Amino acid sequence: MDEAAVRAEVRAWLEAHWDPERGLVAWRHMLAESGWGVPHWPREWYGRDLPVGLVPVVEEEFRRIGAVGVAKAGIRMLAAATILAHGTRLHKERFLRRILTGEDTWCQLFSEPGSGSDVAAAVTRAEFRGNRWVINGQKVWTTSAHHADWGLLLARTDWDRPKHKGLSFFIIDMRQPGVEARPLRQMNGYASFNQVFLTDAEVPPEFLVGEVGEGWAVATTTLMHERRGADALRSWALGSDRPGRIYEEERAEIATVMEPYRWYPQRAGRVDLVMERARAAGRLGDPVLRQEIAKLLTLSRAAEWLARRARTAQEQGRPQGPEGSLGKLVASHVARAAARVHTQIAGADALLSGEDGPMGGLIAEILLSVPATSIAGGTDEIQRNIIAERVLRMPKEPNPDADRPFREVPRNAVS
Amino acid sequence: MKFGFSREQEEFRSNLRRFLAERSPPSEVRRLMETEAGWEREGWRRANAALGLTALRIPEAHGGQGFGFGELCIVLEEMGRVLLCAPYFATAVLATGAILNAGTEEQKRALLPGIASGETVATLAFAEDAGRWDAAATTLAATPAGGGRWRLDGHKSFVLDGHTADLIVVLARGPGSAGEEGLSLFTVPGDAPGLERRPLRTIDMTRKLARLTFRGVEAAPLGAPGGAAAPFARTMLEAAVCLANEMVGGAERLREDALAYAKMRVQFGRPVASFQSMKHKAADMLVDVELAKAAAYYAAAALDEDDAELPAIASLAKACAADAYMQTAIHAIQIHGGIGFTWDNDTHLWFRRAKGSEVLFGDAHHHRELMMRHWAA
Repeated sequence: MDEAAVRAEVRAWLEAHWDPERGLVAWRHMLAESGWGVPHWPREWYGRDLPVGLVPVVEEEFRRIGAVGVAKAGIRMLAAATILAHGTRLHKERFLRRILTGEDTWCQLFSEPGSGSDVAAAVTRAEFRGNRWVINGQKVWTTSAHHADWGLLLARTDWDRPKHKGLSFFIIDMRQPGVEARPLRQMNGYASFNQVFLTDAEVPPEFLVGEVGEGWAVATTTLMHERRGADALRSWALGSDRPGRIYEEERAEIATVMEPYRWYPQRAGRVDLVMERARAAGRLGDPVLRQEIAKLLTLSRAAEWLARRARTAQEQGRPQGPEGSLGKLVASHVARAAARVHTQIAGADALLSGEDGPMGGLIAEILLSVPATSIAGGTDEIQRNIIAERVLRMPKEPNPDADRPFREVPRNAVS
Repeated sequence: MKFGFSREQEEFRSNLRRFLAERSPPSEVRRLMETEAGWEREGWRRANAALGLTALRIPEAHGGQGFGFGELCIVLEEMGRVLLCAPYFATAVLATGAILNAGTEEQKRALLPGIASGETVATLAFAEDAGRWDAAATTLAATPAGGGRWRLDGHKSFVLDGHTADLIVVLARGPGSAGEEGLSLFTVPGDAPGLERRPLRTIDMTRKLARLTFRGVEAAPLGAPGGAAAPFARTMLEAAVCLANEMVGGAERLREDALAYAKMRVQFGRPVASFQSMKHKAADMLVDVELAKAAAYYAAAALDEDDAELPAIASLAKACAADAYMQTAIHAIQIHGGIGFTWDNDTHLWFRRAKGSEVLFGDAHHHRELMMRHWAA
């Protein structure tokens, strides 16, 4: 099927069915049935088997007419990708449609207090008792856990096998007595994540994803999509300011889903504010500051061009050079440099926050949010290992825990 | 185009890389850097003719091939990679740029075909003993000598290949002028009476510099007398971008060589590349070099497209490449350890080029200030 045919078909369908006064969920059920909501998904599961390369054509037609798409933000698309790849027929029937309509919210229960970079060292236990799995343990950094309906859970089912081989993957009902989500307050004052305490929480046997002991392979799928999805999340968050019932409902949905991400622009350093701040502070004549601003702009512009090179290579179907693997690490450098320059510009006012601080506290928020950049989604140190091992083909780190029964592997004394 | 090379350009690059690797191995670089000239006329003429290198960016009407900075910068990057000892930067970037930017049609017709064919080796003399890279610092005096001819008195320094060039484009100041006013460009043959040329001892032995003394040297104007400031400024933007591209070629080579050494060198019973301190250093080096490459490539495209931000982008690319090349050279010596500090190890040849290129046409501080003059104006 070529581009013109796809365009004509989706346009005709949208013109016949799109109505901004329809309810959001009702509209998304129509998208699920027509396959236009996720056209690259299999025809059997709410898609049209369209090549991924043609998806932008469909999206363009949606934008042209102003049509709202399926629910995409948050963890739900990671759940969908994982279920599509590893789920049973029952999982697909039960969950996929309600993911697309936005009726269910999901969260991801992977990280634990004792396993950050080393996610596979999870110690949350899943034990099969009678006719169900019983879960005990603690998860952390769980976005949206407090309003999630379902969770993607990584738990240990076998302590006598090596680290990666004793894990299993489950879908867990978050609305049960054994699951307690508590907000986790961050150093910048926000509480965007949760700690989740699992105390004799229950999972029916049919909600195991993949085989027992093969949870790591399933989790890898989720993590891969997490890395890819970061950009999509940001662009989706804009919504539409048009009038109409469906737009109102979508705006409400966005407000809920995007709430945890309000400070994300600040954690990237807000390079965009630097020049106007320096000018407003009357500091643009300071030769030392000029050097620091120029260094920051050099770094951030070069980073932008590097990312564009990676995207261009991808779009043209050329093999990506090393530039594709560096963005995360470079973003940390940019954020840190920006925080230094904002401090320099603010002078003594950098002591102040909230209403007393520059820009109503925004500068303080930058200074206190930037440290997240070099940690979240893979620390700078892990990124350097990945670059060294995968791009530069340097020897892998020794992993003395890979072949020993997990029971014998040293673990955190305090977790 | 700003974010990728065409298939033809990639092919051009890989052919060039093979050719230069064969022609300019470190042993050949070492042989030529020990000579006073720093390059050999016969060898350079043959290589240039085979690839049409000096003709590349000269318009077809003047005997050239009419390519843009995208292609020219590929050549420079590849030459920087092997430290090719040849008067290419002086001829194809500086002198060609000055003639194209300042010259009349008639002057271009007279001067460019010789450069394109490789007959004429040329350079641009602008800086002086004060070591400033801006036109306003020019003191070399130009006096009208009648019949459209001028006489030059004074000196120039830091002139690339100044002691071997056949043709020298000179920036000089008219009587009673100051600042950017009253500046003119002239052409002078390398063997002009009254011109004394002294090769300078340079930290980068692969790029020769000379000091030139002018005593009543007869010169022909290039372009309108008194109007050199703008074409000279444009030529300097081109030089900054071209040097940035040359630098990233050298930086990448250093990075690759240091990585190969770390993988081969065994200490404490394991390759030093297996130590995490080494892996993290190698990852940081890759980031530095890739950022500088992205900036250099973008700047080359900005020249071709005459981007409105060009002055800032050219300086950004130069500053970024200078810092990256020098940092890479420091890391590369460190990764090699003791052997990296010996004369026989090749790393110092690139270290010297990194240091020389860092300073040439203004260091990173200088260029960051130029960026801010554009962006914070």
